[in-house]
Amino acid sequence: MKFNIVVLVKQVPDTKNVTGQAMKEDGTVNRAALPAIFNPEDMNALEAALMVKDQHFGSKVTVLTMGPPAAIQVLKESLYRGADEVALISDKRFAAADTLATSYALRCAIINKVKDYDLVFCGRQAIDGDTAQVGPQTAEKLGVNQITCVSEIQELTAKEITCRRTIEGGFEVVRCKLPVLCTFTDENFKPRPASAKLVMAHKNAALEFEDKYDESYIESARSLGKTVKIDLWNVETIGADPASCGLSGSPTKVKKIDSVVLKGAQVKQVSNTDEGIAGMMQELIVDHTLG
Amino acid sequence: MENFFRDNDDILFHFKNMNMDELIRLREDGFVDKDKFAYAPSSVEDTKDSYERVLDIMGGLAAEYLAPYAAEVDAVECQFENGVVTYPASINRAVKMFAKADLMGLVLPRKYGGLNMPAVVVAVAAEVLSRADGSFLSYGLHQDNGATINKFASEEIKNSFLPRFCTGEFESSMVLTEPEAGSDLQAVALKATQGVDGKWYLNGVKRFITNGCAQIALVLARSEEGSKGGRGLSFFLYERDEHMKVRRIEHKLGIRGSATCELQFNNAPALLVGERRYGLAKYTMWLMNQARLGIAGQALGIAESAYREADKYAKERMQFGKKIREITPVMEMLAEMKIAIEAARTLYYETAKVVDLKEGYEEAEEKHPEKAAEYKEKIKLYAKYAALLTPITKACCTELANKIAYDAIQIHGGPGYMREFNVERHYRDARITNIYEGTTQLQIVAAIGGVVSGAAKQKLDELDKLDFGHSDYLLKRLRELKRIFEDTINFVVGKNDARFQEYHSRRMVEMATDLLQGYLLMRDGKYSDRKKIVAETFIDKMGARVEMNSRFIIKGDASLLRNFPAIIG
Repeated sequence: MKFNIVVLVKQVPDTKNVTGQAMKEDGTVNRAALPAIFNPEDMNALEAALMVKDQHFGSKVTVLTMGPPAAIQVLKESLYRGADEVALISDKRFAAADTLATSYALRCAIINKVKDYDLVFCGRQAIDGDTAQVGPQTAEKLGVNQITCVSEIQELTAKEITCRRTIEGGFEVVRCKLPVLCTFTDENFKPRPASAKLVMAHKNAALEFEDKYDESYIESARSLGKTVKIDLWNVETIGADPASCGLSGSPTKVKKIDSVVLKGAQVKQVSNTDEGIAGMMQELIVDHTLG
Repeated sequence: MENFFRDNDDILFHFKNMNMDELIRLREDGFVDKDKFAYAPSSVEDTKDSYERVLDIMGGLAAEYLAPYAAEVDAVECQFENGVVTYPASINRAVKMFAKADLMGLVLPRKYGGLNMPAVVVAVAAEVLSRADGSFLSYGLHQDNGATINKFASEEIKNSFLPRFCTGEFESSMVLTEPEAGSDLQAVALKATQGVDGKWYLNGVKRFITNGCAQIALVLARSEEGSKGGRGLSFFLYERDEHMKVRRIEHKLGIRGSATCELQFNNAPALLVGERRYGLAKYTMWLMNQARLGIAGQALGIAESAYREADKYAKERMQFGKKIREITPVMEMLAEMKIAIEAARTLYYETAKVVDLKEGYEEAEEKHPEKAAEYKEKIKLYAKYAALLTPITKACCTELANKIAYDAIQIHGGPGYMREFNVERHYRDARITNIYEGTTQLQIVAAIGGVVSGAAKQKLDELDKLDFGHSDYLLKRLRELKRIFEDTINFVVGKNDARFQEYHSRRMVEMATDLLQGYLLMRDGKYSDRKKIVAETFIDKMGARVEMNSRFIIKGDASLLRNFPAIIG
């Protein structure tokens, strides 16, 4: 059984390595000060797709990302691990998209460019916005089933998928018909390392344009040897309505941003042993935090 | 993400400044693979970029899958039960990751699924991996075994085995040592007999075999019935079946994540590699020389790790109201460690490069016989340098690893003696490096010929002609020391006394090593001001050492030898 799998990924600022310059004075993220990385749970989604491909010979993994030309890096990272095809959805008119406009653009790309798909995989959420909305919204716009927070694919047949998903306080096992969109957590999908051969084969990959594009916006690719072209899709390529893209398609308005700093007034280290935990419980009971 | 390649400024320095053009052109032979393989490079710059990316993957895997588990691997050790060897789970996981990353066929040609990487890349890899876990050497050995098959075995054997080396389906071992044949491999007794079917069968026992439980074994065996000495030995490839049993594994001081096996071959079917009778002189010696460079890298990796631990501790530990790194004797130990590592590393890469050039021209000669005359001189030159520099580098790196691990414990003081600290493990892991693949004493035997016959002088003359572009006074001092070295060698040669020469061999090889490192650091100084300072500090101390060795030798009196019976009885 062969599956066509679409993986939706995002390049995000590395919010785990936040430095003093991470936020601008107006409270928005200073992307220039943070290294751009592959959104971690999207990497788990890619791994899930590659695992399906490993088990079902002949399956195809197509990775899509929407972002500025620099986001080509996450597509290359996908190729390094075994993705078959990749495309960058990029256009100035997509800029400042909220989750609604983003899922609309992704939907257009899947329907009009990828066309044939069985599975759409993405990370549960991105570490910059942390909304966890793009996956579910894309599923709704595609009109397909969705299973969020998948921690294990238990069975995959030509017609159905059975997944274990993490829920508050436990897990549940759900089954649904294909096509389906799944969002993944990092529980069981540790990303594989880049393959040396694929890195060498795709390291010179560069963007390929279908349409005219503001070239000054694109970082010139290093030209060392053979170049694998990476597709670049703009508003017209994916057949999207410009009014529904980018800022104009985004109803979300940010009213105010507060910079919240949590201060630890008093920190007490509790050793991770039965005795340590028993001692802490005792203290919490005594000061009536518990009981 | 941590990365043991990216976080090492000195390795990056060499990678940036090393001139690899010639070796890349030889290795890629007109970039003929570029139209056949998507991952083959198309220019020198493209190739170098690929080398760097492969090492980047290696460095990441070392930091993620080896280093965090090294202490646990050391504690768990390899286990042996009912004839089955079990590696610690994290080692198995790491090997799987290396296979997934397509790194198992690092040195093998692309047509078998390999990456066609040169010795300089393997050299970096060996160090980076060993810094993460000093016991993870079977990986390096695997590369050497694959390379040996590639160089000497028939096309049939290569086609049938090498692709499976590259996918990681096979692990391999180098099966030489026997209970009665350690340093003296000419005494190997394991029997290889040819059956009526024309096939070869192995019978006998091998001991101290690293990763002997692997699926593929390269076995040195006596194929010529009744023969004695090296000329009766041939080289065999054995794929594991029920005819070979692991009898036991050793309980070792260090490198406990590597299984050292005793093997019993019972009529085990094997394939002859290359020609009969060349087992020791040609194939084993070639394989051992490759492996020696690998062990030098292992030692350097352990030394680097021990140094980093010591440096970190000396920055944190307060005594007498200050950080201990501000205390002069600690300062000296730290600086000496760092300088020794950098001096060893520059020698190590120079050796790897010479090995690449030798192998490259040998291969070129085979592929383009019409140009044989042109390559002949180069092959001769680089073969001479490789034969000199390989044992010198092995001796240098492995001895210094022991010294550095020793000093790293010293800097830690009492805590360093405790198992909670990594330096205790480094000290134990380092100890094997100057023993196996030939003890330091045997490396001296291998190197002394080149030192007294003029190969060392020739290499030093070559380095002396480089444009250093700095420190005339240092160059003057180096030249003075070089002259002292040459005078000393001439003195010993002139004496024409084999025992006297043997007695002073180690000192003469040490002098050559010191000078080679001095010149190489001077060369490195051309690219960095910091390296100039390293060169100056190294030459400052090394000069006194060269003079001391020279004076002792030129006294001309081997009193120790004369007095041995009176002292020891």
